[in-house]
Parts: sequence; C-alpha cells; structure tokens
Amino acid sequence: MTNRFRTASGGRIDRAAPLSFRFDGQTFSGFKGDTLASALIANGVHLVGRSFKYHRPRGFLSAGSDEPNALVNVARDAARAAPNLRATQVELHEGLKAQSQNRWPSLSFDAGAVNDLASPFLPSGFYYKTFMWPAGAWKRFYEPKIRAMAGLGVAPELPDPDRYTQNHAHCDVLVVGAGPAGLAAALAAAESGAKVILCDEQAELGGSLLSEVSATIEGQPAAGWLAATLANLAARDNVTLMPRTTAFGYFPHNLIALAERVTDHLATPGAALPRERLWQVRAREVVLAAGALERPLVFPENDRPGVLLADSARIYANRYGAKVGERAVIFTACDAGYRAALDLKGAGVSIAAIADLRTEVSGELPARALAAGIDVRPSTVLVGTKGRLRVSSAQLAKVKNGQVGPAETIACDSVLISGGFTPSVHLFSQSRGKLVWDGAAGAYLPGTSVERERSAGACRGIHGLQRVLEDGYAQGEAAALAARDHTSPARGATPAPATPSRAFAANAEDLGSAGFIGATPHGRNPALAKAFVDWQNDVTSKDILLATREGMRSIEHVKRYTTTGMATDQGKTSNMNTLGIVSEALDTPVPKIGLTTFRPPFTPTTFGIFAGAARGDVFDPLRKTAIHDWAAAQGAAFEDVGNWKRAHYFPRPGEDMHAAVARECKAVRASVGMFDASTLGKIEIVGPDAAEFMNRIYTNAWAKLEPGRLRYGVMLREDGFVMDDGVVGRMSADRFHVTTTTGGAPRVLAHMEDYLQTEWPDLDVWLTSTTEQWSVIAVQGPKAREVIAPLIEGIDLSKEAFPHMCVREGTILGVPTRLFSVSFTGELGFEINVPSAYGRAVWEAVYAAGERFGITPYGTETMHVLRAEKGYIIVGQETDGTATPDDANLGWAVGKAKKDFVGKRSLARDAMSAPDRRQLVGLKTTDPKVVLEEGAQIVTDPAAPVPVPMLGFVTSSYHSAVLGRSIALAMVKGGRARIGQKLMVPMPTHAIEVEVVEPVFYDPKGERLNG
Amino acid sequence: MVESPSVTMPLAPANPLTASPLTALAAVARDVASARLVALGDAARLVFRGREAAVGPAGEAFGVALPREACRFNAAGGRFAFWLGPDEWLLLVPDAEAAPLFGAIEAATTGLPHALVDVSARSVGIEVAGEKAAFVLNQGNPLDLSLAAFPVGMCTRTVFHKAEIVLVRHAPDVFHIDVWRSFAPYVWELLEDARRELA
Repeated sequence: MTNRFRTASGGRIDRAAPLSFRFDGQTFSGFKGDTLASALIANGVHLVGRSFKYHRPRGFLSAGSDEPNALVNVARDAARAAPNLRATQVELHEGLKAQSQNRWPSLSFDAGAVNDLASPFLPSGFYYKTFMWPAGAWKRFYEPKIRAMAGLGVAPELPDPDRYTQNHAHCDVLVVGAGPAGLAAALAAAESGAKVILCDEQAELGGSLLSEVSATIEGQPAAGWLAATLANLAARDNVTLMPRTTAFGYFPHNLIALAERVTDHLATPGAALPRERLWQVRAREVVLAAGALERPLVFPENDRPGVLLADSARIYANRYGAKVGERAVIFTACDAGYRAALDLKGAGVSIAAIADLRTEVSGELPARALAAGIDVRPSTVLVGTKGRLRVSSAQLAKVKNGQVGPAETIACDSVLISGGFTPSVHLFSQSRGKLVWDGAAGAYLPGTSVERERSAGACRGIHGLQRVLEDGYAQGEAAALAARDHTSPARGATPAPATPSRAFAANAEDLGSAGFIGATPHGRNPALAKAFVDWQNDVTSKDILLATREGMRSIEHVKRYTTTGMATDQGKTSNMNTLGIVSEALDTPVPKIGLTTFRPPFTPTTFGIFAGAARGDVFDPLRKTAIHDWAAAQGAAFEDVGNWKRAHYFPRPGEDMHAAVARECKAVRASVGMFDASTLGKIEIVGPDAAEFMNRIYTNAWAKLEPGRLRYGVMLREDGFVMDDGVVGRMSADRFHVTTTTGGAPRVLAHMEDYLQTEWPDLDVWLTSTTEQWSVIAVQGPKAREVIAPLIEGIDLSKEAFPHMCVREGTILGVPTRLFSVSFTGELGFEINVPSAYGRAVWEAVYAAGERFGITPYGTETMHVLRAEKGYIIVGQETDGTATPDDANLGWAVGKAKKDFVGKRSLARDAMSAPDRRQLVGLKTTDPKVVLEEGAQIVTDPAAPVPVPMLGFVTSSYHSAVLGRSIALAMVKGGRARIGQKLMVPMPTHAIEVEVVEPVFYDPKGERLNG
Repeated sequence: MVESPSVTMPLAPANPLTASPLTALAAVARDVASARLVALGDAARLVFRGREAAVGPAGEAFGVALPREACRFNAAGGRFAFWLGPDEWLLLVPDAEAAPLFGAIEAATTGLPHALVDVSARSVGIEVAGEKAAFVLNQGNPLDLSLAAFPVGMCTRTVFHKAEIVLVRHAPDVFHIDVWRSFAPYVWELLEDARRELA
C-alpha cells in the first residue's frame, strides 16, 4: 500500500520529502507535513482503534484535536512511550512508530468485541447496579477487571528520560488560535505596538486557511495571504509566534497555561532540548480565536471506520492530499456537506449521494453541487451503515411528515457527516465567563466576561471569512487599546462595529449557522440500533434516553450517569448532541437543561509538563550546612529534618547505628564530642524595645537578663500550648540572639512578625533571620573547655569568668565568634557560632584541636539520647500542640509576675491546670534490656475491659549506653503524682511493665554542666 | 573556581578560611555565552531596618543614600543599597569586611530607633548574564523581566522555583541573585538545567 489514496498534486505536504513510518508493525510511507492520520488515510487505512467499552472497530472521525477515536501509542523506546495521542495531531517524522490501543490480540480481531454482542446487558450505569455484591469485590475484583477491559492506552513503566521545562511570559495581548480571526487579531494588536503572543495547537499557523483551496483574501489565494501575513508578523519584534502550542488552561487574572511540544515532531531531537515547555503567560488582554468544531450527526452505526466529519474529509483532501475513500455518501444538515462534496469531487472522490436532513435545500453551495451532477436528496436521513472493519454501504431513507420511509442501500467506502459547527467556548468557559444560548445560531456563545478577554470569529458565532477577519481585527485592536489603558473597564467582546476599523476583501463560501443537534430519526427498533453520541466513551443516544427515563433532568446528572462528555476529548464532538437528545426527550428547551462545565485541560496534557524540572535532587530544595561535606567524607549517615540533611550518626567500619550511637554517647560523657547544630533557627531581635518584645512573645522574663547571659525561652501559641523553645542570648541592651528549633524557624519568625506588625506596630524592634548567617559547632563533654581554649582569643574561658549559660564575643582562628556556654547534653558544653562561610574551617580546626582528647563527632541520634538522659524535651516530640509549659515540666520558665505574654490568658483557664492533665515523666522498664516503642500507649491494667482506659503514651525511648539500660520519656495523665507506680505498656503479643520515674536519668543535680 | 563578575563587582581575593557552597558546581559550569553563570565572591552584607529618622544618617554613613522608591537600588563607589521593604534595606559591598561598615552606621544612628544586623555569610551571590539571562530566570521566576517592567536599577525579593531570592538587574543583560547559602546549590542546579538548551 503506497499512498493509493493520495491526490496527484496539491496540499501542504512536501512531496519531495517522503518519510517511512510504522503502524502496528507494518511499514508505510507518507510525506513531510503529514499527520499520522493523514498518512494512514493516504494509505487507505481507516481502522485505527477499538472503542472504550464495546471494543467496536473505529476509524478517524476528525482531523484535529477533537478526535475521539484514533488514540495511539507513539514510542521512541520503552521509556519514551506516549499513550492516547490523537493520531490527527501526531506529526509524521522519519521512523515514527505508532501502535493502536485497547485491542487484543490484534486490531482486526479483538476478543473484547464480545462486549458489543453483550451490549444489551451493559447499558450505561450497569456497573452501579451489577457489581454491588459481594461487598468488597468491587475494589479487589470488578474494578481492576473493568479497568483492564475498558481501557485507554498503557502508561510506560520506566522513568521518563525526557526533560520538560517551565517558562513564564508576559504580554499585552495573547491571541489563542491562529485561524483567520486570530491572525487578524494578532495583526491589529501588533500594528498598534502591543507585545503579542499568537499560539496555535497545530504544527502550522493558519487554522481553516490551511485547507482553503478556492477562497481569496485581499485578492490573493488564501494560502498566499496566510504566508504574507505570517511573514509580516514574524518580522515584528513585538510578536511571538508559537505553533504546536496548546492553550490548555485559563486561570484567574489572565494566567493562561500553554503546552508547547518541542521535539515530538523531530526524528532525532537534540538531547539538550526539552520535550515540552509549559508557558505560564500572564496577559493583559486575551483574544480567544478558538474557532468552531464540526458536529457529527447521531444515527445508527455512525461509528464505522470510514465515517468522518465532512469538513475533516475536506481537510484531508485539501491540506494533506489524502482522499478518505473512492466513493462517499454525505449526510449533512448544513452547507458544509456540500462544500466538502465539491472539494472532494475535485480531488477525485466520487460522491454517491448527499442526504440532507433539511427539507428545503437552496443557496449557492447546493446549487453548485447540483450543477456538478451530484445526487442531492433533501429530507433524507441515514438510517444505518454496513461493513465489518470499514463502512461498505449506507442506508438512506426519506423522511416525510416525521415518518422515515423505506431504506435504500448505497454502496460506498466512506460516509461524511456534518451537523453544523459548535463554537469552541472551552477556554471562555474556563475563564468563568457566562455562556448564553443563542437560538438563532443554535449554539452557546460567550456572554459576559469575567477576565480581561474577548472572543473573536467563529468561537463567538461569527461566520463568513470576511466577517471573521474583520471581527478578529476589531477585537485585536480593542484588546491592544485595553492593554494600554489599564484603567478602562474593558472587559468582554467588542460588538462587531458597523463599519469595521479595517475592511477585508475576502471571497469564500459562507456556511452560515445552519445545523442540527440531537439524534436524527431512523425508524428502526431502538433496542438494536447503536447511534453514537460520544465516540470516546461509547455512549449512544439510547444511553442518554435511558438516563432521562431513570429520572435524570440536569445535564450534569445525565453526564455522570452515562459518562458522556467525560472522556479525554471533554465532549468536543458530543456535548451539543447530548443536549439536543435530552431536550427532545424531556420536551424542554436546551437552555433550560443547562450545560456541563468545561474543565482544563483543553486536550490531555503530560504529567511531565507539570513536574517540569522539579524531579530528583531538585524536586525540593535540599539544604546542607557548611559542615555537611566534611560529615559526608567521614561516612556519616544522614537524616532529613525538614528540607535539611543532618548527620544522623558517624558509623565506623563494621558499626551499625546502635553501636555507633553507643560509642558516640560514651565519648561525650567521658571526654568530648562535637556536633553540627547549624540548622537551628536563629533570629536577631534588635531595637530599643527588643526586651519588651521578648517579654510579650516568650513566657520568660527578659528585662533583668544581663547582656552576656543566656536564657532558655519558651514560646506559646495564643491557646497557651507550647509552640517552640530555644536558647536566647542577650548580646546587648537592645540586641537578642534567639535560637529556635530546626523545623520551627520559619513558623516562629512568621509568628513574631505577625504580632509585631498587627498587634504592636508601635514597638521599635525589628526581626532578621540569621539562621544561615551562623554555623553552630557544639563542643560537649568534660574536655570541651580544653579543646577550644587554644583556639579562642579575646574571651576568658575560666569557670568563674564564663559560667554556664553565658555568651561572649571574641575570635576563633581570628574569625569573630559568639561563644555560648550551653549544653543540650548535660555535660560542660560550648556552642561556637561563626559566620557560616567560616563554618567548615573552624569545624576542622576544632576537630584537630580535639584529637588528643579523642574528640568524637556525633549526629542527631546521639544528641537525642543524651538530652533524653537529662530529660530535656524536644518540642514536637514530647509536645504535640496540646501541652502547656507545666505539662512539659517547664512551669519554671513561666514568668508568673509578668503582666502579659502570648498565651497567658489561656493558661489561666481551669482546664489548663487540671491535675489529670498529661504530664512529662520518665519510664524505666522492669527489664532494663527492653526498649519501649515510641508512641506506645500506657495503661494500668491491660486486661481491663475494652475500651481500656489510656493514661498516656511514650514520647521518646532509647537504649542508654552510659546507663546500661533503656530509658523513656512519656506523657502520662497525672504523671507526676504517679512517680514510683508501676504501669503497663501493652504490645500486640504481651504487656511491658514500667516504673514511673522522674524524667532526669543522668546527673539529676546537674553537677556536670559546670565541668 | 568561584569568581566575581564584570564591572559591577570586582574579583575578590579568596580567603583561605571561607568556603562557598557553589565552589564545586561553579568549577564544572558549562560556558554558555548567552547565559553566563558566575558564582560571586565574598561580600559584606548588612540588613538595615529602622524608623524614618535613622534612614538618612544610615545612608550617609554607608556612603550610598538608601533608596526610597520601592524595588530600586542605589550604588556608589562599589557599594549597593537595595530597597527590600518600606523600612528594610540590604546593604552590600563586594569583597569587603562588614565590621567597619557596621561600626560606621551604628555610630551615625546612635539613639535613633533602628536595627542593623550583619548577614554577610547568610547568602551568596550568583550572576546570570547574557542575552538569554531573562529566559533562564523566567523558568523559575514568574516576574515580567522585560526592561519596561523590570528596568536596570531594580531589585526585589522574589522566588526562583521554591527558593526565595533577591533579584537585581545591573544591566540589560546582567542579573544578580542573592540567595541564602543552603538554597544556593538548588538555585544553581536549576539555573544550569534552564540553560541546558542554550549553546
């Protein structure tokens, strides 16, 4: 088969550039400029898919993005495989490999077609009724089976190796659609100096002009005018032309999402190019020039391969030089059928007959058809088609007084249908604009706009090439004007001016707005005739009628019951006919039935384009401290804390986490360890009112804290529960160095800013995040002072001059430091704050200085164990947003004498000091080897009748190498009063006995802190 | 090697004790003429916030008047004052120590309500330069980077993908990014990704 159905000449394909491609394993040839659909049609192939539910053989219905049937899988390799592509939009390239879908074992013999025979038992909604029993089987059995049977394509299982990028763009006027209206709009906007983006989903800009063979504009053939206009636009700096770019979503404030297909049409795309680009365009004004979609007619067996929309058949012939067959029957309700008949006849297709639904046939196009000798039959319908994998005949019958007469069979290999044109209002509807039913046009048209947009041309019901061009130009000009004058309430379409601002001389057939919606009469047994409304979801007119019989009145209910319009084509070809059928069945006018919502995307869009570059290591910011690489080089294991990577532990060869943590803990207690605490949140609070601000935000009292001292601070939410904690240093009278938890840093800063800006704008104090300014190196253990002493200058490190909980400024290695004497381990400790650019150098110097003491770097796990041995809480681990300071043993940190602080009034509520509140306690298992599970519940008697009263739960639990036993912290009801009691921790197989103890396991008097 | 760019910021002599989070990434950066990527050297950075009375003296002491127009910067003698908010400025001096600047501004604003904080090490600078600089930036930044909307002399706090940045336009084709250091590799890698398609 080598292009037997190719015209001898003509079309926009490059006949000097033949291409070979494969479909279902068979090799075919086509030309540059072909789509997969046009190339297959030129080779006589119409059978390209099996339908969704009944597995009926299907061919091409259309030539564009409205195609419901011809969904194919195009694969470059196993990973680069895209299912469900519309063959009508797949550009041919050398070596393209495509496969049909939803068939087994093959396209021409599909076992699933048994569904078609079983169809009387598979009406719409059948799965709601049939698969109800046994309970649970739906999820395990029915749904997976139905999904496998009623399927679209199969997604590849390998990671997508292609790149997708995302771009933001701004313009004065975005024109969507590059047909005559869009071109004229872009021209007008560009001429008035506006920055214009013109996008179109097709490979070539031009829309309907690409398939015009007889029309003229400004005295030129349409193709010539198109080329000149595109050259004119391309030459302008203020115009960006974007072919292969689908405007798929209209979002608030004129943000329009465009999907640009960059490499799919290339045989060997360069590795550097993204496969697709997402463009998020913020446009001052939008001109929608989306055109109109041809409507099929709904009659029995209208889904056989070879049944196509009439204008699509004309596009295949005129634009691609591909004949849909040798002998066509045409069924039309408007003049589009005649225009197609004339052009196809000119291309060498014989026209067996034109059946026209209308009783009166008049006008120029029918007259020309008659003059050309075509058999024109008014008041005639198609009542069926025959043929197995391709239409072989059509049955025509006269309609008289509503009665369908006897059928006459006419042999043909194609049936071309046209029910008129539906304005494409998808994007307008997405912009939340109100659609209005226009009885004269028989269509929903854009009404009141919500966004700064206007529709132009066929998508707002304008017909006739000259009027479309003039409307496009007027809308483009108005859009440019509105973009300049932002203050004008310029919303919505400009009424077509009486005298157009620019007149276009155009000569083309005007198809008018005639058409039909609904199902055509056929006089056959309705139970045995399948007249398809929605090709992609296999919905027939019978299904719609069933829905109305079952009581559905709203179109939204009919849609959900039958699934009409819910396929990936979003009802492009089916919506209006569904409305027509429901309208007739319920004897209710169309506008009373409503219209379903158009949702983005306009056409299916890849996941890749939404993910963009956000995958792998750059899916989210991966934050590392200045010391990270050192830790990595030492073989540290890391854990995620928020977006930070923190060293978890430093295993030596042969050590597991347990062994490493035990060694690290012992080293800190016995000698000295060092820990990277740089991720702690830090905020510098500066200004004359800094202390007053601190007083209001924290529970503690700050006024009397002397410069040079540290204090542990607790912060509450307004509801009185602990929000965050941290050590705060007073650097001077008006300067505090605040630390927060690692995860709490942004939340705490926002909380503070919120109060400062909304409650206390009178305070002279300002907040600056310094989290990343400082690297924090904790040196902890009895030898800590000896380790750092040789490195520090300008600070007296003696016990007397620099006791626990002080801050001093000096230098380390000559680098300015804020040195804290602070401990989260219970040992003598220092935290060296240095500007993070110096963090690595200072860390290495401390490590070197500590080597003679066997200084041991430790990670977050050891830090957790050491602090738990001391009963130091971690906000978010011991607390869960329902703990008061007193619950967490922090009552001492609340300044009772303070007039006010955030959360104070809430703390005064009785319930906040009830004796049976959960309180922080320690737990010791009777068997010291047993380590409790964090989160485990605590009860008095596990054998008590269900529900067993819960006393609380374990919040932290570790094996303490230093103590040689397990330890745990827990929140227990009335816990402090239970100290000394035995409680039980029930587990699935047994219960563990524990003793409630004070939550300080190690050095309860705190003597080691001072070294 | 981390280097400094063009006329706007002279090359900084490397301090052996300081390290940039971008050193390794910059070392393997591809040379793309239409979108050069340069890791900028050390700089003194101060955040100045305060009441009206302190603004003038702070600018005088810094040597560059603090701009009062939103999202604009002033520059003189290799010093930059970026407007970040109605009472917030980022003062930046490439290849300089923060301490003397800090002292001078504090001395000039004694008794006037204000806050001055040294954030020199908090962030690092990246230069994106070339005719495709805006195209590269717009892959992670939603602002209109046309010269009309984002002229030379403009600066703003904004985003690059999921990271907060300060974006500055020094020349039609020269942008600087100031980004907190732990986010810098993320921003750099996405800038690299964005210019992959450029020769």
